[in-house]
Amino acid sequence: MPELTKRERMKMERTDMPMRDACDRATDFEEVNLGYTSAMAVLEASRCIECKRAVCIDGCPVGIRIDDFLRYVAEGDIASAAAVIHEDNLFPAICGRVCPQESQCEGACVLDKKGRPIAIGHLERFVADRERTRSLTEPPRLTPPTDRKVAVIGSGPAGLACAGDLAREGHAVTVFEALHELGGVLVYGIPEFRLPKEIVASEISRLEKRGVRFETDVLIGSGTTLEELTSEEGFDAVFIGTGAGLPRFPGIEGEELIGVYSANEFLTRVNLMKAHESESETPVYDLYGRSVVVIGGGNTAVDAARTSLRLGADPVKMLYRRSDSEMPARREEIEHAIEEGVEIRYLVAPTSFNGVDGWLESVTIQEMRLGEPDESGRARPEAIKGAFETIEAAVAIIAIGNSPNPVLTRSTPDLATTKWGTIEVDEGTGETSIPGVFAGGDITTGGATVILALGAGRKAAAAINEYLVS
Amino acid sequence: MDRRFAICGASTIGPDIVRLVVEAPRVAAHAQPGQFVIVRVNDHGERIPLTICDSDPEAGTITLVVQAVGSTTTQLNVMTIGEHLADVLGPLGTPTGIDRFGACVVVAGGVGTAIVLPVARALTRAGNRVTAIVGARNEDHLILLNEMRDATNEVIITTDDGSAGRHGLVTDALGTLLAEGDVDYVFTAGPIPMMQAVAGTTRDKRILTVASLNPLMVDGTGMCGGCRVTVGGESKFACIDGPDFDAHAVDFITLSKRNTAYLEFESCRFDEATEAIDA
Repeated sequence: MPELTKRERMKMERTDMPMRDACDRATDFEEVNLGYTSAMAVLEASRCIECKRAVCIDGCPVGIRIDDFLRYVAEGDIASAAAVIHEDNLFPAICGRVCPQESQCEGACVLDKKGRPIAIGHLERFVADRERTRSLTEPPRLTPPTDRKVAVIGSGPAGLACAGDLAREGHAVTVFEALHELGGVLVYGIPEFRLPKEIVASEISRLEKRGVRFETDVLIGSGTTLEELTSEEGFDAVFIGTGAGLPRFPGIEGEELIGVYSANEFLTRVNLMKAHESESETPVYDLYGRSVVVIGGGNTAVDAARTSLRLGADPVKMLYRRSDSEMPARREEIEHAIEEGVEIRYLVAPTSFNGVDGWLESVTIQEMRLGEPDESGRARPEAIKGAFETIEAAVAIIAIGNSPNPVLTRSTPDLATTKWGTIEVDEGTGETSIPGVFAGGDITTGGATVILALGAGRKAAAAINEYLVS
Repeated sequence: MDRRFAICGASTIGPDIVRLVVEAPRVAAHAQPGQFVIVRVNDHGERIPLTICDSDPEAGTITLVVQAVGSTTTQLNVMTIGEHLADVLGPLGTPTGIDRFGACVVVAGGVGTAIVLPVARALTRAGNRVTAIVGARNEDHLILLNEMRDATNEVIITTDDGSAGRHGLVTDALGTLLAEGDVDYVFTAGPIPMMQAVAGTTRDKRILTVASLNPLMVDGTGMCGGCRVTVGGESKFACIDGPDFDAHAVDFITLSKRNTAYLEFESCRFDEATEAIDA
């Protein structure tokens, strides 16, 4: 490609991600986005105007050298681009798909002011997929084995990132996972059509090649305790990445009705247990032709709504108590959901679930309006007196967030926690109140993003390494 | 990874009821009375909760008692020594609160006897006088009687048809015990209507009564909330807050209803599993 001037670059249109037709994709679980071709990737990367100070990097929670990787892509050197990304992010194939880029790197991009930021997420995904399928980069050289053992509790993004870095330093890492499959929220929470499980499995096998051991079916804190890991099983340090896995319910009438699911339960039945596949022994309510209401406005709510559609539900309505601009889900997912046929109702909140003979039949909702900002800085929704409505619902899925899972903290009295039940850590190192025990991800922050958990896992890995060698 | 969770003992102890001894060293090392495991038979299998009936930390094994009532339990019923379960996660749940209560009565119905047995043992070890009431449809469905006799001071048997022990319900026997003298603590496990009736029998006398609940579960670790039960007007997760709860505060009607959520699906699967085994 001939050298383009800055002005010419600024005039180029953003290259859209090819995706499957909304009608087709809403009936199965295959991935929605199809990925860039090489030509598309080169074209898109060459739009970068190479700012002197790459502000996009400030927007990245793990500080990927975005300017460098974009330049390599524009030059067609995908292997070098992959190597740059890998320095800061072990799982670009995952992050390229699930990061909220619009509020991170792409939100910081200078071209965002013109509404056309570089599609950094799509390019990250392109590089990672190329690298994965063609094994472009050499596996990182491992440091010779040390004689130190580290236990990682939880195989979600925080745990995997921590395990990967520690293994690279030569430590013997064992990851304990409570479920029968590895990946935490990446497998039970995020649906196949957004993040194919094959990608998660391939990232995990990469860690296995680095020597990380995985033990499934172990819930540390119920049975084996954290203390036993160090005192009896010989671990020199522990990382806790147990996530925010205790679903919240709104505390309104009728939550016990059959037909009311937490999003965690619904998504676990489908994503982890494959309840929609004929050979699976796990049941899920028959949604075909039935009305589903999803409560919440985050990524989990959107995932639940789109999963319901794919199980044949009609109509699928999302109820969000604030307005469009406050909705925390990724913009792309909201757009995809609407294209597929999800109806989003803003400024409404459920006040009761109503049923007959124990089965859900409808949801009563109240109209809201936005008031003064609350402590999160978002406008606080206030009920509009007397404005109620009852809508039909065979199934209601509650996706209003998760609290930290208390199993480990209850069984570890020395572990200091906050009033929200999250584990207290040193901001810089992730160290908890127990020496040699570190934590990161949603168990310390409350429900957040995959990339923040990855970043916290890596930060803790660096601190653990220091702890072990000092 | 080496295959874990080998079956090292399998015996039929009643009609469609088997006792399985399973290799699960981590579980065996920590299991306490009242706790359960989540089991998956194979890669397509569902996750089902089963109470740990006994554990041997030295051998690294646990004992499960399984009655064939659905697809997964039917498959478990025909498993043989040397086969493996896909997954065994545990011990899960809050252990039963064991104390020196005084005069204790444990009330078991059918396969619930396997849940009551470890609690009875623990109560006896803690210095209580323990009477067991074991009820079943008929003589054939009475299980673990010798173990229960070893674990308690007295075992009272009731059957619905009078084919063994007293003709009648466990609550008849419990009512008689309450009329005869002081009872300080009651523990019960079995069919929901039975536990509800036990709670009804002890309610007026305000005798501390604990029921081990059996709601549907998926993960068993607090993650899904599918096992929520209403206790004293509050929603509780049976997997981590229970499975034991104050029987006087439990909303048994809602529990009973919620357990029918997948009845249609289950009966299809049950028929398929039975046919597959018969074929």
